[in-house]
Amino acid sequence: MTETPDSGAPGTTPAATTTTVERSSGSFALDIDRRDLSDAVRGYVNRLRSGDPGALPSVLGLIILGLIFSQVSSRFLSRNNIGNLPGQGAYIAIIALGLVFVLLLGEIDLSAGTTGGMCAGFAAQAIFSNGLHKGISGGLFWILIGSMIAAAVLAVWLKAYTGAAMIVIGLLIVATGLDKHVVFALVFAVSIGSAVGVFTGYMVAKIGIPSFIVTLALFLAWQGVLLFALNSQPIGVNNYSFWYGLAHNNMSVAWSWVYTIVVVGGYALYTIVKSLRAQRAGLAADTMQLVLVRAGVIAIVGLGVTFLANQNRNPNPNFKIQGLPWAATIPVTLMIICTIGLSKTTWGRHLFATGGNAEAARRAGIDVDHIRVTAFVLCSSFGALGGVFLASNTGGAQLDLGAGNILLFGVAAAVIGGVSLFGGRGKPRDAIIGALVIVIIPNGIGLKPSLGAQWQNIATGAVLLVAAAVDALSRRRARGR
Amino acid sequence: MSDPILELRKLNKSFGPVHVLHDVDFSVYPGEVTALVGDNGAGKSTLVKCIAGINSIDSGEILWEGKPVTLADPRAAAALGIEFVYQDLALADNLDITQNMFLGREISRFGFMNDGKMEAKAREALASLSVRTVSSVRQLVSSLSGGQRQTVAIAKAVLWNSRVVFLDEPTAALGVAQTRQVLDLVRRLADQGLGVVLISHNMNDVMEVADRVAALYLGRIAAEVFTKESSTTQIVELITAGRSGDVGLAPATVNESI
Repeated sequence: MTETPDSGAPGTTPAATTTTVERSSGSFALDIDRRDLSDAVRGYVNRLRSGDPGALPSVLGLIILGLIFSQVSSRFLSRNNIGNLPGQGAYIAIIALGLVFVLLLGEIDLSAGTTGGMCAGFAAQAIFSNGLHKGISGGLFWILIGSMIAAAVLAVWLKAYTGAAMIVIGLLIVATGLDKHVVFALVFAVSIGSAVGVFTGYMVAKIGIPSFIVTLALFLAWQGVLLFALNSQPIGVNNYSFWYGLAHNNMSVAWSWVYTIVVVGGYALYTIVKSLRAQRAGLAADTMQLVLVRAGVIAIVGLGVTFLANQNRNPNPNFKIQGLPWAATIPVTLMIICTIGLSKTTWGRHLFATGGNAEAARRAGIDVDHIRVTAFVLCSSFGALGGVFLASNTGGAQLDLGAGNILLFGVAAAVIGGVSLFGGRGKPRDAIIGALVIVIIPNGIGLKPSLGAQWQNIATGAVLLVAAAVDALSRRRARGR
Repeated sequence: MSDPILELRKLNKSFGPVHVLHDVDFSVYPGEVTALVGDNGAGKSTLVKCIAGINSIDSGEILWEGKPVTLADPRAAAALGIEFVYQDLALADNLDITQNMFLGREISRFGFMNDGKMEAKAREALASLSVRTVSSVRQLVSSLSGGQRQTVAIAKAVLWNSRVVFLDEPTAALGVAQTRQVLDLVRRLADQGLGVVLISHNMNDVMEVADRVAALYLGRIAAEVFTKESSTTQIVELITAGRSGDVGLAPATVNESI
């Protein structure tokens, strides 16, 4: 935003209007300007003052918590400990990523955690019993298949074609008996998640039940279904190396470098080309200086992290642990995909519009119900993937997988990162930063045996409260202008 | 006088037992501002929603350039070139001006939006309406004043080579200078050859920019008069009593309506 504060004042008096006209002497004097570094800083300060703090509070919180915990325990900043964080937090980050879509609409999905638990439970059972139909009772199996077919039909009717395709893939996996293989079983888990999302979205968008109630009911129900899926027996997943590896293994050193260079280079290339093109076409653009500074900061952070991750971080000299954890690169990749989807596609634009003003979106001819359903499908699918990572981290599909605080951690991560609970504001990036904040609290406290586990929840609660207060205060500022 | 571009004939609409619109005839002419006036509950909003395709009609005909059309949903109206600027503006606060102007009709290439093209077109549209109060088309709508929002909402409507624009209370809640700007804009729209329908309670605005006035009284068109040939008093009487002197509904109809 390049506007100066006075042009935004509501009820602008004639005098203020005149200044606006003068400032834009000629038409749109401010329009085709080049945003350089100082403009960007000034614009950011303006944004802060107008109640849009962006990622600043969460990044500050992360730094402050990091400083505190580095005092609590010298082990906190050790490479080994930092290297464990992604594995411990990936499920929060992924569930939070899915929640971003729903929160952007001003809705909530309380069932994402237990959906994940249930889906991971079905996947674990399928692998464990060498095929899902051998593991669970025939009645439950056919109810599951029937529900998924119904969900696929519903998805087609609601024009959520990607969701329908995902469900059909899951059905094909079961039909061909591939579900005994780990990778296919996990894809099947995500496809159950998509089916759940279609159902939730239908209840919210078409039947009109508040999402809080629908997903509260499903939160309870899926916990029961999980018990059926597991036949009330926990199933360990540590023996399935792919599944175990999701939260525990690392990319090789070479591939870690390739990954970082592709991500950082891709970002730099994209922003540079965009800026050059916009300048040539006479559009509002960031100057090359600003673009390079931003890309430079990201490159330094990314390459620095990769360099540290590529050192051996195992205190045990017998074998090496090095490379970027999959639990870091998978959520980051998903975040990049979500960011592109939200900011570059019409679907993303329509999602923001629906969250900002559903009536305006409807009048603009946007199929608001379709947008709602797709958001819930994404949320539940991400929830299912989150459940898979959770099971990987905890070592198995327990009877209460995904229940308890799991979902609330996801919501807290999104809110701490800066996603507004009231809809219309937030970025996928926020979910990742928020998840980092959420995960370092139990990690840091756990390093100090004298600090009991009771402090973990209190500290997490306090951080969440501060984040919600920042959100509420910034909204009040935005309204008060 | 040119032929009407949009014409309603004997339009009827009921909500359950409530008969909201009785045999309404209403025409919009290109290059003219037609004011649609009426007291609260006279049926103005319902009439507009019927044309917008938000409400279905019970009976009657809608003619577009003389040919009958059915307007089943908002897209059908938009496809013909009928645009609506609602009282509550229908802008999303969390999007910027360009994004709002292209909402629902984004220009995209290979599935990805072409923001640059949209930005350039948005700027062009605002410039063609001589809008000078908006400093950047990349500004968030939440940072705009009431008049600027109204301007953006109107510019959004005309971006689509629309032929008819409905403006619902465009000057309500605006200051003096901003009202001035919006009324100038309304006049410019008509001068560019669009059919403009101005829905307003403000008689000063109506008398100033409108070419003709259609007064709704309890769901019936009381009269359609030219502003040049009538007075504020006459229009107010049509709104409040359904008739004024010789023009308006027959006394029997007025009494029946009550």
